[in-house]
Amino acid sequence: MGEELGPGRQLTRALVRWETALIVLCVLVFVLGAVSTAGFADRDNIGFLLVDYTEVALLALALLPIVLTGEIDLSVASVLGFCSALTGALWDAGMSFEAIVPVVLLTGAVLGAVNATLVVGLGLPSLAVTIGTLGLYRGLAYVVLGDRAVTGFPESYRPLATAVVPGTFLPLPTLAVAGCAALAAVVVHATPLGRSLYAIGLGKRTARFSGIRVGRIKSGAYVVSGALAAVASVVYTLRYNSARADNGSGLELVAVAAVLLGGVSIFGGRGTVAGVVTALLLMAGLRNLLFLNDVTNEIQNVINGLLLIVSVLVPVVTDLVSTRGRRRGAVRRPTEIR
Amino acid sequence: MTWRRRPLSGRELGIVFALLVLVAVTTAVNPAFLGAQGLHDLFLNASILTLLAVGQTLLVITRNIDLSVGSTMGLTAFLSGQIYVADHDTPVIAVLVAGIAMGAVCGAVNGALVAAAKVPALVVTLGTLYVFRGLDYGWASLTGTRQVNADQMSGQFLAFGSGSVLGVPRLTLIAIVVLVAVNYVLRTMRSGRELYAIGSNPHAARLAGIPAGKRILAVFVVSGALVGLAGVLHAAYFGTINASVGSGEELAVVAAVVVGGVAIFGGSGTAMGAALGALLLTTITGALPILGVPALWQRAVDGAALLLSISLDRAVMARLASRLRRERNARHG
Repeated sequence: MGEELGPGRQLTRALVRWETALIVLCVLVFVLGAVSTAGFADRDNIGFLLVDYTEVALLALALLPIVLTGEIDLSVASVLGFCSALTGALWDAGMSFEAIVPVVLLTGAVLGAVNATLVVGLGLPSLAVTIGTLGLYRGLAYVVLGDRAVTGFPESYRPLATAVVPGTFLPLPTLAVAGCAALAAVVVHATPLGRSLYAIGLGKRTARFSGIRVGRIKSGAYVVSGALAAVASVVYTLRYNSARADNGSGLELVAVAAVLLGGVSIFGGRGTVAGVVTALLLMAGLRNLLFLNDVTNEIQNVINGLLLIVSVLVPVVTDLVSTRGRRRGAVRRPTEIR
Repeated sequence: MTWRRRPLSGRELGIVFALLVLVAVTTAVNPAFLGAQGLHDLFLNASILTLLAVGQTLLVITRNIDLSVGSTMGLTAFLSGQIYVADHDTPVIAVLVAGIAMGAVCGAVNGALVAAAKVPALVVTLGTLYVFRGLDYGWASLTGTRQVNADQMSGQFLAFGSGSVLGVPRLTLIAIVVLVAVNYVLRTMRSGRELYAIGSNPHAARLAGIPAGKRILAVFVVSGALVGLAGVLHAAYFGTINASVGSGEELAVVAAVVVGGVAIFGGSGTAMGAALGALLLTTITGALPILGVPALWQRAVDGAALLLSISLDRAVMARLASRLRRERNARHG
């Protein structure tokens, strides 16, 4: 993909190289893990490492269309936190779980719509807006639930987030994530809507003059992002059987890292679903490998942070190397994102 | 055209007004809020946030941002504690220098990635937010010193943090000195004016011969040094430090800067405004429990303040733009 849109074969080749490198790295991590660490390659462990990345995967898929249009959403993990807190508060108030889920999903969509209103309706920079809603939604989670934890969610629903497909080691949530990724791949790569996302990311004015409804599509991406984060919150709450206001805090880093490591340009207009999925697999494998080798969560965050930086640094460096000797300024990339 | 420099801009007057209303209402509920002790605490708490906000202002003016402030501050606060664990009698000035140097190094890492590698500051500093915090925790678990308490630090250091000069807290004096210095640089010095040019139009600034990369790197280093200073002062003031000091502080800092009228798109804003923003947010935090709002609401309030002020800015801008358009149309018929 990218042939029709890319400014040249150079870009296509870089893209191919990026994703090939990712796949190689991913295979390397899994082979290395299987060889070096006892228990890593066990069926149960592979299932665990997959299910452990369910929420991050959903958040990354939620972020992807937004980043493709050149915007950002740092509030995804806070939406997850608020929805989880709301689930706890409603469950505490005696509402049935069947009734809570639609309410929570709707709430997620509404929180996404709030972001959309501020970014698209008022034309405010998405970075500032979503730093604000990152704080606001997380703060509201504490307002709704305080600092207590609600547990005891119905046994009948918890297998949805923990069980495996009978006869295999594939966890049900992973199957759902795979379904979401497939759907995302179809929408992003094979529909006019998907092409519009890239067009907006490559040039908002050109997209508008080409008849693309920029505002509507961006708003839609934010609403979908909110709803997906709400889905992630339901999985999270059921998987840990615990609703807390600080659920999923810091996951925005992991999701952004997965998206950018997957080869999606932070400036928009470039990236594939396959790349993001590979990056997610790579990160899930790495996380589990480090966990089995007793590396603490804090150090894992260091690695995620480094992955994020490296994934934006590498394209810049390869650009520099590949343009050396040619006319200066032949490849000009925007240096700021706001 | 005569042009006088007013001490406070319209935006800053607005914040002062909001501050006065808030203080009046809160004092009406509980007169102790404006008592000597209440004011003392308020200014002490605002001082550290002001240092962070003033540093952040320099960055935001150049169209950059530093989300790693909380982690850098945590790292330097922890450094102060570790120094005293190693040598109980370290002179205060040595700790200050060490903290400022470490902050500057953190800033230099961010700045090098942003200025030399041209990676967006948002992504770099989101990454270093977790890298620096992880180093902080890693350091704590490596040395086995998870928490440093007041009795492990020298009395001199603690006295430095809580002391006053002529009734004004020393931390507040430091914040004021920094504020005045940064204000002077931004208003008067050539390099300060160039920061606005870089933020207004990076491309034009480069064409005009401004060494944008060098300036941005310098601003990251200076801002990091201020964060380092804030970290040491935090340690001296609170006396208890663990690896989680400053977690989530980036929200309050960015909120203070934006509430203070510094445009997130770069190119406009003052250090004075950011300092007033910091004072307003600190006052709100102090007033919440008195007004019967649980302290848990603080994050939500910070976030809401940020969103409210950027929305207000946009509304004012839109009105201004349409007025200018009307006037122009009226002139040209």
